[in-house]
Amino acid sequence: MSTFIQQLANGVSLGSIYALIALGYTMVFGVLKLINFAHSDVMMVGAYVAFFVATGLNAGPDPSIASALITFLAAMAGAAALGIAIERLVYRPLRSASRLSLLIAAMGMSLLLEYGGQVVFGPQHRRVPDVITDERIVLGDLNLTVHKLIILGVSVVLMLGLHFFVNKTRTGTAMRAVSQNVDAAKLMGVNTDFIIGLTFAIGSALAGAAGLLVAFHQQGDIDPLMGVYPGLKAFVAAVLGGIGSIYGAMLGGLLIGVAETFVAAYLPSSFRDTITFSILILVLLVRPAGLLGKFKPEKV
Amino acid sequence: MRGAAIKLGFLVVLVGAAIGIDFALREIFNPHWLRLIELAGIHVVIAVGLNLINGYCGQFSIGHAGFWAIGAYASGVLLTVAEQKWGTPSAVVEILLLVGGMAIAAILAGAAGLLVGIPSLRLRGDYLAIATLGFGEIIRNVIVNVDAIGGPRGYHGIPVYTNAAWCIIVAALAIWFSRNLVTSSFGRALVAVREDEVAAEAVGINTTRVKVIAFVVSAMMTGAAGALYAHLDGSLDPDTFKFTKSIEFIIMITVGGLGSITGAVFGAIVLTLLPELLREIHPTLSEYRMVIYSALLIVIVLVRPKGLLGNRELSPSAGIAWLRRKFGKGTA
Repeated sequence: MSTFIQQLANGVSLGSIYALIALGYTMVFGVLKLINFAHSDVMMVGAYVAFFVATGLNAGPDPSIASALITFLAAMAGAAALGIAIERLVYRPLRSASRLSLLIAAMGMSLLLEYGGQVVFGPQHRRVPDVITDERIVLGDLNLTVHKLIILGVSVVLMLGLHFFVNKTRTGTAMRAVSQNVDAAKLMGVNTDFIIGLTFAIGSALAGAAGLLVAFHQQGDIDPLMGVYPGLKAFVAAVLGGIGSIYGAMLGGLLIGVAETFVAAYLPSSFRDTITFSILILVLLVRPAGLLGKFKPEKV
Repeated sequence: MRGAAIKLGFLVVLVGAAIGIDFALREIFNPHWLRLIELAGIHVVIAVGLNLINGYCGQFSIGHAGFWAIGAYASGVLLTVAEQKWGTPSAVVEILLLVGGMAIAAILAGAAGLLVGIPSLRLRGDYLAIATLGFGEIIRNVIVNVDAIGGPRGYHGIPVYTNAAWCIIVAALAIWFSRNLVTSSFGRALVAVREDEVAAEAVGINTTRVKVIAFVVSAMMTGAAGALYAHLDGSLDPDTFKFTKSIEFIIMITVGGLGSITGAVFGAIVLTLLPELLREIHPTLSEYRMVIYSALLIVIVLVRPKGLLGNRELSPSAGIAWLRRKFGKGTA
């Protein structure tokens, strides 16, 4: 029983990272109907921004709340800037092109970031210094670490913030309008270009934060290809929850994280990836719109 | 009857030419370049196959490395076991074995294609992309987890049957087959589905059926190419069949032109040789191969969204017609 709760806690911590990344996939899919393959690599760049800032702040030998906060904000800002730039330079000129072209461009962008990252940052693994000291916390049978709690806390705060923004502000309403129907939103006076750019900015900022959290999860270890697998899994999470649905992405992320942790705990750990992708195929078979998505028939 | 005789004659000439070419190539090129030519042939088969579904049908598969892996492991393992059992085959038996291996590889890959295709091609939109992405990763995971076929260490000691002649023959057959397919009424249906699925359905095309058939044929061609690959080096490494390989195939057909067979052939050959050419120009350039590829991909999509050739075909007669238009205006 105690291992069960322990694994559940580990799974929720991993799942909340997936959920943060999945949000970016699902939001961009909502407004552009595009699988933004470059999203996971934006997360990687966020992690590298965190690495450079944390190293610059000398946070390794001297961890503090302030330096942690600055590192987080820098990672989010760096990723957001990159997201906006990608949207402006690559996706916007292709807005009227076929969706296939857009998808290929997204793939190209993803590869460019991965391999360009290897050239710019170097292919070797690096270690993000601990911006906050990692300590073990024992609660009864439960073994937690400060980093795991931070992962959970940051994710919850960011997701609540997103929930508030999307539902309670005018800009958030405009964003929902664009994801329902771009043309109708434009007719209602919504500046759709701005909203699409903003969607990329928010999604990428969440990915930037997730980049640092992934680094926490891996004891600081980062490399230019670190985005590939978390990205694929977060994408599966977005599909599982219903792509286009924000709450679906959160739910899907948690479910995938928990499922993976349990499979790794009770079966050979190499089955961990297989379970994720099997879930994906199963969702497509049984409920293609995902858990919380609505399946809309295509109209002429 | 006469048509069949001509085709048979054509095949004989093709086989003869390929064997001749194989001998000639062995004389001219060192083994390194010979291997590149063989790889280019294998890539042509895959690109032409992938082009059927991604180019002509407008559906998007990003898991073709998975079908390639199925074909490679199926034929590789089977023929290795066969050789262990019956010893080194004679030349004639070797040909039969390789053809059999390719057939089995194609059938298994096709079956896998059916399994993935039916649920995801019923739906519209990007579901095939999503499903094939997952599928490719599952295949690689299964391979890594099954110890009997080497697991993460890879599978070694496969008999080497493939040579340049085989690669050229199979590539030529793939081109011929795919050209016939896309100029048939089925090919028109494919293009109709790509251009407007709702309209295609309205004129009586069973869109799901057309898409599934195209996808399965595409998977089968890729599977057969996998068999050729397995018997090329005699060893298989699961890392070869990663997601990035699927993307490399997509780059091949996108560079050449989605929906153009000559484009796919061109793209496959160029992308096989490009790393080597870059290495010849400057050693460090080939390290930046993937950076160059990805930048190239983005630029092509931005500047020429349908690829370099678009859906045009290059053929001798088209070339002559183009020359006439270009230079013959005054006299005509």
